[in-house]
Amino acid sequence: MDIIDILFTASFWAAAIRIASPLIFATLGELICERAGVLNLGIEGIMVSGAFAGWMAVYSGTGLWVGVGVAMGVGMLFGLLHSTLTVPFGLSQHVVGLGVTLLATSSTYYAYRLALPEVTSPPKIVAFQPYEIPLLSDIPLLGPAVFSQTPLTYLAFVLVAVVGLVLYRTPLGLAVRAAGENPAAVAAQGLSVTAIRMGAVIIGSGLMAVGGAFLTMSAFDSFFFEMVNGRGWICIALVVFGSWRPGKAMLGAVLFAAFDALQIRVQQTSIGAQVPYQIFLMMPYILSILALVVMSRRAEVPAALMVPFNKGER
Amino acid sequence: MRLEPINNPSFARKLVPPALALSATILIASLLAMVAGANPFSVLGLIIKGAFGSKFALLETLNRATPLIFTGLAVAVAFRAKFWNIGAEAQLYAGALITVLLGTGALAWPSGVILPVIALIAVFAGAVLLLVPALLKTRFGVDEVVTTLLFNFIFLLFISMLLEGPLKDPMGMGWPKSARLIPEASLPRIVDGLRLHWGFALAIISALCVWVIQTRSTLGYEMRAVGLNKQAAGFAGIPVNLVLVKTALLSGGLAALGGFSEVAGLKGSLTLDLSPGFGYTGIIVAMLALLNPLGVVIAALFVAGIFVGADSMSRAAGVPTYLADIMLAVALLLMVLAIMLTRFHVVRD
Repeated sequence: MDIIDILFTASFWAAAIRIASPLIFATLGELICERAGVLNLGIEGIMVSGAFAGWMAVYSGTGLWVGVGVAMGVGMLFGLLHSTLTVPFGLSQHVVGLGVTLLATSSTYYAYRLALPEVTSPPKIVAFQPYEIPLLSDIPLLGPAVFSQTPLTYLAFVLVAVVGLVLYRTPLGLAVRAAGENPAAVAAQGLSVTAIRMGAVIIGSGLMAVGGAFLTMSAFDSFFFEMVNGRGWICIALVVFGSWRPGKAMLGAVLFAAFDALQIRVQQTSIGAQVPYQIFLMMPYILSILALVVMSRRAEVPAALMVPFNKGER
Repeated sequence: MRLEPINNPSFARKLVPPALALSATILIASLLAMVAGANPFSVLGLIIKGAFGSKFALLETLNRATPLIFTGLAVAVAFRAKFWNIGAEAQLYAGALITVLLGTGALAWPSGVILPVIALIAVFAGAVLLLVPALLKTRFGVDEVVTTLLFNFIFLLFISMLLEGPLKDPMGMGWPKSARLIPEASLPRIVDGLRLHWGFALAIISALCVWVIQTRSTLGYEMRAVGLNKQAAGFAGIPVNLVLVKTALLSGGLAALGGFSEVAGLKGSLTLDLSPGFGYTGIIVAMLALLNPLGVVIAALFVAGIFVGADSMSRAAGVPTYLADIMLAVALLLMVLAIMLTRFHVVRD
């Protein structure tokens, strides 16, 4: 099949939207943290923990949405840990973030081994099923690609709008953005920078965990080690690519996912089969770096990103 | 709450928070062992015994510590200048790659010549690999955390491609594995009959060299100045970008030397599981050592001991080995907090 032909198949775009969904959750989460002034490198580990927690909850008998809630709760706990160390105590966001990733990943693997000591292949759950939205799913090409996804995918795209509205149209959003731009001004208004930043990190970490849960509860139906495989780091690149704006970050995620879906299909063509598969697997990472290089020049980095705020210090 | 600096911290102030952090780490590990249904005292005992309890265990710990000293130094050097190199994993593989490229027959020289040549080229390869993120940072302002992290994934795929392609050992029974090094390109053991190779000695020497550079050279001073305050360093006439690039070269080179030592001293060939995350663990080692190069040696022995001990504990007590990773992550987080508390009061307002 020709590459151009692939671009006009519904299954290709359906795959792109599906691949984009976990990235959108986690990118929104990271974006909220960074907008408030905190770089959250715990993202990779928090996604692992969410992937396991949500799946494990469903495997133990809860409903799917309860599972999503459990994943979010676990993510928020790691967010609480991260923000306690980085916000009031002002510790290095790099070191704490990497520490949280290590802690979340290793404790997830520990819990997995304890919960399922005997299994050779991980058990499956009944994951979220595609839901065809009436009428809309009948539109040619667009219907099967966009409107026949799982509920969790719809939620991801709805959240983009919600996060955008809250950030730009509400006092809360203004406070979050100000905490990342000019925390002293926020404090002068009588608001607590600490509370705003911690809240942002906790909510953001919850979303990252839901992004991880998407992998085990919607994209696949079981939990594997190394499942997240650098997606968290890619989301950090996507935040930069999207200039810290939810809509642009979503476009970035879809573009990225489309490229990922394309490389999988090109691999299966006669030309693609002659290229080592590792080249294709490298592409997402190379693309992320290129995106960073292109966007960094005109990036509107939140002015107080990674700058701890200590009241009384001038 | 807010933080107020302490001007003259007392001896107790310097000692108590780190001691508490260590105790809390052990407490958390004990609780997790109990969750797994094991007796926490026997688990901790088994870890210590498995790490340091016999000649075999001790040698195993020293061997495991060797690559960690290299990656720990690589991270310590970079973090001191606030250059966040999270890519020691890839740089280590770069050094390992050079070692098998040149050491499997391409160069047929006596040991005394071939080993230093390979080591130097390996250092060069690791330095060049980190030069790319360093230049992206200084030229385009691209954050090095993400680029070095992503480079790890790219470079490991590159190694995987080579091991399934041109570097694949025809005698390897189909495994993605390189050919073995020729005897001349292998690091000898320090003492005959003891399973400890010269890579360990090289690691100690490297730590001493880095310590001399950091405390006795202009570059070391400039690196610290850039790390403390970039603007101020720039005003004082220090060429900040150049210092960052030099730091990156040193850091990448050290990590690559770890790859050389691991292949030439221990493994003898290159596989994709050469490093179980030595590059990432190097970050823990460096932080526990407070970025002090000599401290890196001690921290690497401690971290290696926990890993080796946890392996043997896991076989005996049935507690998953991931307990070791949790302990280290907890120790890392609590230690950075404790170090801060030795220098600041927490004041309620």
